[in-house]
Amino acid sequence: MQIQVTVNGKTRKSEVEDRTLLVHYLRDQLHLTGTHVGCDTSSCGACTVHVDGVAVKSCTLLAAQADGCAVTTIEGMAIQDSPTTSQLHPLQEGFKECHGLQCGFCTPGMIMTAADLLKHNPNPSEAEIREALEGNICRCTGYHNIVKAIQWAATHSTKPEPNQQEEPVVADEHLFTNDVTTGEVVETH
Amino acid sequence: MITYPFQYKRAGSISEAVALLAEGGKALSGGHSLIPSMKLRLNAPDALVDVGRIAELKGIRLDGNELVIGAGSTHGDIASSGLVQQHVPMFAEGAGHIGDPAVRNRGTIGGSLAHADPSADWPAMVLAADATIVVEGPSGSRSIKATDFFTSMFETALAADELITEVRVPVENGARMTYQKFSQPASRYAIVGCAVVKSADGKVRVAFSGVSDTPFRDTAVEEQLNSGQSATSVASGVSVMSDHYASEEYRRHLANVFLKRALNAVA
Ligand SMILES: Cc1cc2nc3c(=O)[nH]c(=O)nc-3n(C[C@H](O)[C@H](O)[C@H](O)COP(=O)(O)OP(=O)(O)OC[C@H]3O[C@@H](n4cnc5c(N)ncnc54)[C@H](O)[C@@H]3O)c2cc1C
Ligand code: FES
Ligand code: FES
Repeated sequence: MQIQVTVNGKTRKSEVEDRTLLVHYLRDQLHLTGTHVGCDTSSCGACTVHVDGVAVKSCTLLAAQADGCAVTTIEGMAIQDSPTTSQLHPLQEGFKECHGLQCGFCTPGMIMTAADLLKHNPNPSEAEIREALEGNICRCTGYHNIVKAIQWAATHSTKPEPNQQEEPVVADEHLFTNDVTTGEVVETH
Repeated sequence: MITYPFQYKRAGSISEAVALLAEGGKALSGGHSLIPSMKLRLNAPDALVDVGRIAELKGIRLDGNELVIGAGSTHGDIASSGLVQQHVPMFAEGAGHIGDPAVRNRGTIGGSLAHADPSADWPAMVLAADATIVVEGPSGSRSIKATDFFTSMFETALAADELITEVRVPVENGARMTYQKFSQPASRYAIVGCAVVKSADGKVRVAFSGVSDTPFRDTAVEEQLNSGQSATSVASGVSVMSDHYASEEYRRHLANVFLKRALNAVA
């Protein structure tokens, strides 16, 4: 079926299978591989993106269900301040400042969940942050520095929301390289 | 993980959804029970009828002395609704502890009731609230009392071609109510969930999720409590589940503990 989705401000028309999950559409068709898949049971939150501004698990949503919607992924969080430069989102800076990641696998989902929290609750308590992260699993950090990173962002959030202005419709194009493209491995000696 | 192939159909109205369901397939609401089960190959419908955009299924309103919750209302919509907080506060309390924020952003009350997971939270709450589930099928609409709705594990009185459209909850002046659960620590599903509604005249209604394979009103305990006795017969008329989270003995113990907590909360 054909869907039209505005991803990180760019409207895209794409052909997907009816059973395509949003996360596979983002990763495999748009090559936005910042959104991760960490489980088969909708429990890890590594795949969290925003659909119409709301944090959802993109592994538990069909691409067809996002038809006509605006999707923001981790790649859309940095704030474009000129055609060639961008600034990290305060949450991204917070994770960097507070050592909020180790392997980084959970980080995109953590940031998308935290961004939804801060939108509704700009000054969350530590307990509220931990409660909001209920559906995001981190195997490395023990969560403590993730909480600190979100607190850091809450006190440094003066910047506007990520760029969501509409741009012309484009067909599928690959902005980012896939993390592993086995078909193109070059043999070395 | 990708599901088996199926055909995706989107319904724009209740009548269109009913017509599409008559061709076969399953309704898709929030997808937060159905899609995980399809990924794990526990479920493989030929077609999904997406009811997630049907405006008629959304919204929460008062109708006389009933609170009417559209089947497509998400757990998050219900938790944050001022009407729910005011008139059926147990629903807001319970909805706010389902899963995690992303699950509450998508999962719906209608989907949860139709799915009838023995560990889901809504069943105990709708049973104790004495709610009615309104469904629409090819031959029109009918109302099913919550007490007649859950028939066994993952089984309900709903026919395959029927759609839940709304949940009607009686608003009782002066009633106190609570939902208390012992959560599975990862998913937050109820290992034991206990809903208690205490009417203004002091009479209680008690219902459990998670305890037995079918959620139930514990009428034996209600009789004891409503005749001034202490509750010694918790879950006496049902077979209590035993699984890797909790043995039968432990679940029974938890049911007693969570009933006490609930009774304290409405005292
Ligand atoms: C990680 C995770 C944690 C969770 N934790 C909890 C928890 O703590 N407590 C809890 O109670 N639940 C929990 N859930 C389940 C969640 O609440 C689901 O959203 C809910 O059970 C199903 O609602 P849905 O709208 O997503 O339904 P769907 O998945 O879309 O549908 C479920 C079933 O209901 C049918 N259906 C859907 N809508 C209708 C309708 N209007 N009429 C007739 N049939 C319909 C479908 O055909 C399907 O068979 C959790 C889920 C996940 C993924
Ligand atoms: S990949 Fe979506 S929750 Fe784990
Ligand atoms: S940083 Fe490794 S999973 Fe969180």
